[in-house]
Formats: sequence, structure tokens, C-alpha cells
Amino acid sequence: MSDLIIAGRTFKSRLFLGTGKFRSNAEMKEAIAASGTEMVTVAMKRIELGDSEDDMLAHVVRPEIQLLPNTSGVRDAEEAVFAAQMSREAFGTPWLKLEIHPDPRYLLPDSTETLRATEMLAKEGFIVLPYCQADPTLCKRLEEAGAAAVMPLGAPIGSNLGLRTRDFLRIIIEQSSVPVIVDAGIGAPSHAAEAMEMGASACLVNTAIAVAGNPSTMAAAFRKAVEAGREAYEAGLGTASLNFEAEASSPLTAFL
Amino acid sequence: MNIFLNGQQQQAQATTLAELIASLSLPAAGVAAAVEGKLVKRTEWETFPLAEGMHITVVRAVCGG
Amino acid sequence: MFSEELLKYDWDDITRRIHAKTAADVRRALSKPHCDVDDFMALISPAAEPFLEPMAQLSRRYTEERFGRTVSMFIPLYLTNSCTNSCVYCSFHVANKMPRTILTPEEMVREYEAIKRLGPFENLLLVTGENPAKAGTAYLAKALDLAKPYFSNLKIEVMPLSEEDYRTLTRHGMNGVICFQETYHRENYKLYHPRGMKSNFEWRVNGFDRMGAAGVHSIGMGVLIGLEKEWRTDLTMMALHLRYLQRRYWRTKYSVNFPRLCPAENGGFQPNCVMTDKELAQLTFAMRIFDHDVDISYSTREKADFRNHMATLGVTTMSAGSHTEPGGYATHAEALEQFSVGDARSVRSVEEALRRVGREPVWKDWDSSFDNPKMV
Repeated sequence: MSDLIIAGRTFKSRLFLGTGKFRSNAEMKEAIAASGTEMVTVAMKRIELGDSEDDMLAHVVRPEIQLLPNTSGVRDAEEAVFAAQMSREAFGTPWLKLEIHPDPRYLLPDSTETLRATEMLAKEGFIVLPYCQADPTLCKRLEEAGAAAVMPLGAPIGSNLGLRTRDFLRIIIEQSSVPVIVDAGIGAPSHAAEAMEMGASACLVNTAIAVAGNPSTMAAAFRKAVEAGREAYEAGLGTASLNFEAEASSPLTAFL
Repeated sequence: MNIFLNGQQQQAQATTLAELIASLSLPAAGVAAAVEGKLVKRTEWETFPLAEGMHITVVRAVCGG
Repeated sequence: MFSEELLKYDWDDITRRIHAKTAADVRRALSKPHCDVDDFMALISPAAEPFLEPMAQLSRRYTEERFGRTVSMFIPLYLTNSCTNSCVYCSFHVANKMPRTILTPEEMVREYEAIKRLGPFENLLLVTGENPAKAGTAYLAKALDLAKPYFSNLKIEVMPLSEEDYRTLTRHGMNGVICFQETYHRENYKLYHPRGMKSNFEWRVNGFDRMGAAGVHSIGMGVLIGLEKEWRTDLTMMALHLRYLQRRYWRTKYSVNFPRLCPAENGGFQPNCVMTDKELAQLTFAMRIFDHDVDISYSTREKADFRNHMATLGVTTMSAGSHTEPGGYATHAEALEQFSVGDARSVRSVEEALRRVGREPVWKDWDSSFDNPKMV
């Protein structure tokens, strides 16, 4: 399986993990280890007095892991830029998962604000990985705006529905000059394998691992699925035969 | 003095931003602060004076997807 | 720029890989809903020859799905045959002592009017030799300005220009550019184009990037088949070029041409390979299967019967009633032609033949009134 390079940084694992929804920081830490991942998302929140939460970062930070702070909670590009500046300061990295989802029910990304924010943030030197709708034209616009990769969704966040947007993911993968990371909706290792077989550069998985019966085992399963899918892609997949007439009654090429 | 921390009004004993944040018992890493909506770098906390009625935002790392 | 991208590919390696393709590779390519360049290589390889019939069927299907049963019609007008280059295969070669013509504005308008009497053409291709001093960007801008009242869609096929020049001409109403790379073999390119501006391989091959950057709406490409012995390798390079351009300049439409050099009858340049009709058909089908959306254009270099059949199997654009000498439609009947026309049928004959094979000729498929509202 070849290495993945994003913004000049090499990743040996093509599975990225979200850190939300775990039962405990300890379980999260085990799942991260079992997944073999080299990039995990983190979030920020305003502190409340009397906060006595465990320092989650201590469970996550390892030398091989790239932190990817997200802008979850912002509703427009201006708020995203403020959140980005705070996260760069808090985590000491310009890497950013840009997510702007004003609709609290389905958490679908706001394409207009995401594009505006990408333009602004790329200019300020952030390494922007925008979470976005599986819209091929939007993905080309994000690429032009300076996104280091694009992260189109497979299905709504947390739905575990798999690659509902597969037809559009295929187009995005064909047309993109930057890595394509399928993020959101991956509910099973088979979904991740499918995304990789299609040619996706990587998968980002959160809910499916965090709420599994046994998160570390599930994380290990996802690890294998992403590797299997990617190796199959690199080995050259053939697909089901299309039906065409092997012997036409009046051959089209009789004139040749 | 009175300040607003993440929108909540409170009495602060601290006189600098660094003192205020220290009083919150936050982890060493994964913390950022802004005053009146503008980021204040950690290196400037020591010398940043608090003022009456100031609006301060403090964020910390949490889990998230 | 593509010249840097091209360094990643080795001519001999690609040639070897094409000739190592097997029937299994061809079957796999035919079974995939979406092909990559490696599949294209299998489809143009000798191993695909027994698969011509299924390739024709797939090519027809994809063409009909994307283009319907229509063929877009255009006509070329040579504005000049005055050229400072020395392409070894071309009758406009600077050393060829024939009288040269550069149409004047009055002559241009006479030609435009004559063309409109010939058929309901809306798509015009303006062609020139390379003489920047006498027929450069300003000359082309004038030709475009004069053509605008007569034609909805204007393309040019001239020497590679600067990005700024492409922008300028776009403001004068140019909708597209055609430029044949001739060959992607960097070392041998100079053998065929020894002198003049055309001898600069990088300038030509990077011209497409300049077109894309200038926002040219339609880009046409081509390899001159007969220059390099390994035409399959050359066309593979063109396929790589096409994919590269589609990724970078994604708002642009693309078009491909397969000009075949004819064996010269009396001396002159003898092609290093001769592509048969069967091979041209295979190439056409392979290109269509590789790219369902690219426009495939056949000129009047090709014979009538072949064009009639191929119009139903993958070709989506054709010229008709063409003259390749400057001012052939109204004036200068004795002037020097660039190449001999293989299909000399009248426009009406071509139209009727297309209808007979179940194709509708489309004269106007682009309305330039919506293009470039701030046009000069």
C-alpha cells in the first residue's frame, strides 16, 4: 500500500479517526492504538467553571499522530476563521478540519460558507481539510481555493448509512488533483473498503468505531478493511462484465 | 474586578490573563484564549492586563469527530 | 506545466507496456464502467484487434448516451498559407517556393459570405500558417471581429500563442483553440520541425496550459499519425495530456483529432508508419470508451464512406465541403492547399448521407451571445 501525502506530510495509514462519542478516554485511546491511525480529529469548547474533565489530549497525543482540530459548532465562515485561529494556538498546528454545519439535526455542511472559509483560511496559511457535500464542482472549487484535500461525505454524520453518495464520490475521485478523504457516514468496514476500492485516498471514521460493542476490535477491523480496499485498488480491479453482444447479427464493423 | 468569561459575568481576583487562566485549573496543552473576540497568544498572557467589563473567551480541547 | 509532467513517462517503457497487453487486459478494460490510461493502452494495443466489434458497440452506446444521435458540423477557413516554419511534412514549408496568400479583411468577408451560401454553418475554424509579423494576434483579432456577425462559434488553429494573446482573442469572440502537438516524442520532435518557432517542443506542449489558464472554453488536440513509428505510444501520451488538462482546467471542453499523414505520391516526406482504416476505427472506439465525453472530430482528410460509418460509432464532429487553400470558397482557387481533401462531397451530400445513417447534423450548438458579455 503506497504512502499518502497530504500537504507534504506522509501518512502510512489511510484510516483517520474521530475522537468523539467514546464511552471513555481510555477506550478512545485503545481504539486509536488498534486502528494504526496517524491522524485524529479533536474539537474545542468553551470551558465551563467547575469543569473537571480529564485532559483528553493526554490520551491522544503520540509522536506519530497528526492532530486535526475541527471547527465544529461554527455556523459561518467568519466564525470558522476565529475558531481556526484559536485552534492553531491551542494545538500548535495549522492543520484544520473545516466543518460548518448550521443545521443541528442532520449536520450537513454549508457549501457556501465552507468555500468562503477555505479561501480565507488558505490565505492565512492553514492546512485546510474541508468536510463537504459530495459535490464534484464544489470539490474543484475547494481545491482551487487552496484546500489540501477534500473530505466529501458518504452519508450524514453518525448515520452509518455507508456510501450513499457513491456515484458522486467516484466523479470527485476521478476529477480531483488533491487527496479525497471520505468522511461521515461510514458505518462498517465494508463501506470503508468500498471507498478505498473506488480510489479514495483515505477514510475518516468516528461513530462506527466509538459506539461499537468493542471499539478497539472494530478499530482493528477498519484498519484491515482500509488496507484491503487500497491494496485491491492498487492491484488493478476488474469489475463485473457489462453486457454486450459478443456476436451481433449485423456487425457494426463489417465495413472495415 | 468584574469580567465576562465565556459570557458569564464573574468576579476575578486575577489581574492578568495568565493569572485568570491559571485559576481555572486547565491542562497545560490544548487551551486558547481570546479577548473581545481576538486571539491572545499564550506568550502574551503574562503581560496582558485584565480590565473591568472585559469579555474573555477560553477554549480547551475536547473529543470530537 | 505539462512539459514537467511528461518527464514522468518514458516512451520506450510505454511502448513495451502497450505491446505486452493481453486479451485479458482488453477484456478487463471493456468491462470497466470507467477506464484509465492503462485501459486505453490495452484498447489500442494489437491485443485488442480481435475485439473490434464489441468495442464498436460500446463506443456507439457511450456516444449515443452523451451526444445523442447528432453530429456537430464545422468548416475550416484557411486565412493564410504563409509560414516561417519548416515542418518536413507540410506543403506550407517555408522553403516551398509557391506563392503565398494572406487574406485581406475584404477577402475574409467574401469568404465568410461564400461559406454561408454553402451551408448553414455556424461553427467556423480559422486556420493560418505561422507568420507572426504579417498575420499575428492583431490579424487574428480582426478576422474574429469580422466573422462574429456570421458565425456563432469561432475556433482558431494557429501557432501556439501566449496566455495574454489567448485572453485577447477570447475577448474578440474566440470560443476555442485547436492545436496539434504533432508528436509527444521530445527528441524526435525536432527531426520533423527543425527550424522556426515550431521547433520549440516546450513552447508548443505547454501551449495547452496557457489556453487553460487564459480560460479558453474549448481545446482541441491531435497527434499527426505517421510521424512516429509507434503511433500507439504517441496517442497514449495524448491521452495522458488530456487527463492532465481535464484535472487542471476543469471548466474547459476537450476535443481530439486523429489526422493521418498520407504517403506522399511524388517525393516529399514519407510517413514512418501507415495507420490502416481498421486501426483508425480501433483508435476511435478506444478513445470513446476511455472518455465518454470528449468530442471526437474527423476532417475531410478521411474518405466519405469511412466517415459515414464512423459517424454512428463514435465521431461527434465533422467538417464538410472543406477547402484547405486560403480563400478557397470565394477566391484564390489556384492557391496552395495544405493537404488534399479525401472527402470532396458537397455539404448537402454530407448532410444527406448523415441522415441516411440515422444522424442529425447540428450546425449551431453554442450561442455566443451568452459568452463573454464584456467582449470588445
